[in-house]
Amino acid sequence: MPIPLSYSVRNLAVRRVTTVMTALGTALSVCVLVSVMALVQGLKTSFEIAGNPNDVLVMRKGSTSELTSVITRANYQDIKTIPGIVKNAQGQPLASLEMVTIINLQGPDGQDMNVNVRGITPIGFDLRDQVHLAAGRWFETGKREVVVGKSLADRFPSARIGHVDRFGRAGGSWTVVGIIDGGRSVFNGEIWADLNQLSADFRRADYLSSVLLRAEPGQEQAMERSLEHDPRFSVLAQPEQRYYADQMSDAKPIQFMGILVAIIMAVGSVFAAMNTMYAAVARRSAEIGTLRVLGFSRGSILSSFVLESVFLAVLGGAIGCVLALPLNYVSTDVGSFSTWSHFTFNFDVNTAVMLMGMLFALFIGAVGGFLPARNAANRQIIAALKAR
Amino acid sequence: MALISLIFRNAVRNRRRSILTILSIAASFCMLGVLMAMYSMFFLHQASPDQALRLIVRNRISFTQPMPLSFENRIRAIPGVRAVTTYDYFGGTYKDARDSNNTFARFAVEPEMLYIVHPDYHLSDAEKYTFSHERDSCIIGKTLADRLGLKIGDRITLVGDIFNVTMNFVVRGIYTSERNNEDMFFQFEYLNQTAFHGNQSFSLMYQLIADGPDSVAPIARAVDDMFRNSDTQTRTESEQSFTLGIISFLGNVKMFLLAVCGALTLTVLLVSANTMAMSVRERVSEVGILKTLGFSRENILILIIGESVTIALIGGVLGFGLAELVVGALRNARANLISLHSLQISPQLALLGAVLAILVGAASSLIPAWGAARRGIIDCLRLAD
Repeated sequence: MPIPLSYSVRNLAVRRVTTVMTALGTALSVCVLVSVMALVQGLKTSFEIAGNPNDVLVMRKGSTSELTSVITRANYQDIKTIPGIVKNAQGQPLASLEMVTIINLQGPDGQDMNVNVRGITPIGFDLRDQVHLAAGRWFETGKREVVVGKSLADRFPSARIGHVDRFGRAGGSWTVVGIIDGGRSVFNGEIWADLNQLSADFRRADYLSSVLLRAEPGQEQAMERSLEHDPRFSVLAQPEQRYYADQMSDAKPIQFMGILVAIIMAVGSVFAAMNTMYAAVARRSAEIGTLRVLGFSRGSILSSFVLESVFLAVLGGAIGCVLALPLNYVSTDVGSFSTWSHFTFNFDVNTAVMLMGMLFALFIGAVGGFLPARNAANRQIIAALKAR
Repeated sequence: MALISLIFRNAVRNRRRSILTILSIAASFCMLGVLMAMYSMFFLHQASPDQALRLIVRNRISFTQPMPLSFENRIRAIPGVRAVTTYDYFGGTYKDARDSNNTFARFAVEPEMLYIVHPDYHLSDAEKYTFSHERDSCIIGKTLADRLGLKIGDRITLVGDIFNVTMNFVVRGIYTSERNNEDMFFQFEYLNQTAFHGNQSFSLMYQLIADGPDSVAPIARAVDDMFRNSDTQTRTESEQSFTLGIISFLGNVKMFLLAVCGALTLTVLLVSANTMAMSVRERVSEVGILKTLGFSRENILILIIGESVTIALIGGVLGFGLAELVVGALRNARANLISLHSLQISPQLALLGAVLAILVGAASSLIPAWGAARRGIIDCLRLAD
């Protein structure tokens, strides 16, 4: 017969101070793990939302990012005539010629941040249904006006509506006229401007960066193959989603460090949990003897103490998750060594991340509780009763 | 002194608890050591003498925008500039770009100038001679060479992206350096001829070295002033400040390191406080007996705080010992393009760790120690459960 669960829970309640201190220790390890996973998840979400499954990104062969890719206007005129591209209501193919470059914005800490500036036309908006205007207005064609992603507007004084900045090789002054909201996508960290004005200002009117196409469903791969084999241009066509997924590798170092820290902290928490549980077993020696006399088996003593340790750790895990929750409202950035720009994105403490944190806590509790519980279960009844 | 031997005996009395506490503290201090080493490498390190003399010139818009090649001679003419070289970022891909081992920085430089601007890159005279005189030669860092299994005489092919060319190189030198052994350098002239038939008109970066510490700031101002009214404005900054910009690509590293170090310290505090609370609780009657024997309040305080400090210090020292091992393993690793080559636990850092361990040990035992010292003899003896 198992020992009632309430026995374990009540014991935790009795030694409140020790319980709280041990749980907080576990909470901190879980909090670190959850935070790191929320960071990675946030980045992943922002990339996933950025790409539409039917969209194909065309860059120059050999380029690893839009920044280093070059597509000429002549190439674009040919590319947009290939079969299989979805057409909009006006009958134009959904093929968006874009230019991507980088400018520096001065961050709140005085450190420069590299921000993507995207030259874009109305077709480009059609392809990004997740992006809408949050404040102000869209830029006007032919004017030096930009709209900025909301994460940038939140963080940089120089990215608020009305701010004027000089950039581009022509040295023109650009005005921020609107703020765009891209949900959780990477576009929250970009600046958008009129393609023709931007490319003229950067003296590359004919040398743009990439073409984004929307393929008829099911036509994506055929379209990619025909583009790559077309002798007229030397391009690489890939699913837009894969392009963004590849950028995930830039978060690897911080992910690696974070997980290393969480694991080593967990080891520390296991030792701490063992300490607490050994003390609990020692103090309740007589109780354990009594339980055995009452007919509870060694197995039920063992599982009761392991459960107590697990409850303790899960309590810690819950606290850790709660501690990490406010991160949902925090944005941060990671730079990419292939696009040379910083991505601004929100931490994403979602259910899956928290579940992982709780599992992690459960594991800490089970491992930390096992040896003390076995020690309790292996006691001889007489010796256990005699001890104080 | 009798008190010290008592502290020691108390610490080893419940051996299992002390060992578990020490191990737990050691785990946290191991990570603390590694993270503090990273923090000091990224944000606190003192520039070496030659590093302090180096400046990096780039386009003000961002370092992805080029500057006219004519700037080089104009920069060279500024008083105090000892040497300047192109530091043209080539980009491109080596083998399969998806394998992060193949990611490294490649720069087109002027060899003779590079030797002056970067005296920290050690090459033999023979290697220098070949690199200067063979058009398709290149030099690579020792760590990079080891990672890619490249040796002198091997060939490297880079497929350009910014530059629409494919270039072939022969490894003619493997340099070692205190900080950076991760880059590849080749002749600017080779790039110029291959990609532009000798008409290349720009470079993405210039690096220069000043003739003395006093010239550094005036040069930086002079360069940016010189081009302020031109089509292309420049931004001239120290190598250190440029490196901080690159580190920011890893994310908000400073915040990450500080937050995690804070969490780790708090964890140690909790673990140690918990242990001390447990051991003091078990020993209330002993404290009563000690007091009966004539031990003063101060003695009791010292006894308990001393025990906690001893345990924390042993844990701390053990942890930093483990950290030294982890740091040794990480030294040959890198974070994307950033080399961790100079990661180390310096003596100052070790001292800081010891002080932290003592402080945490003391702080965590204050409350139980104070409670035990203040409690009356009768109370202590009666409270024995």
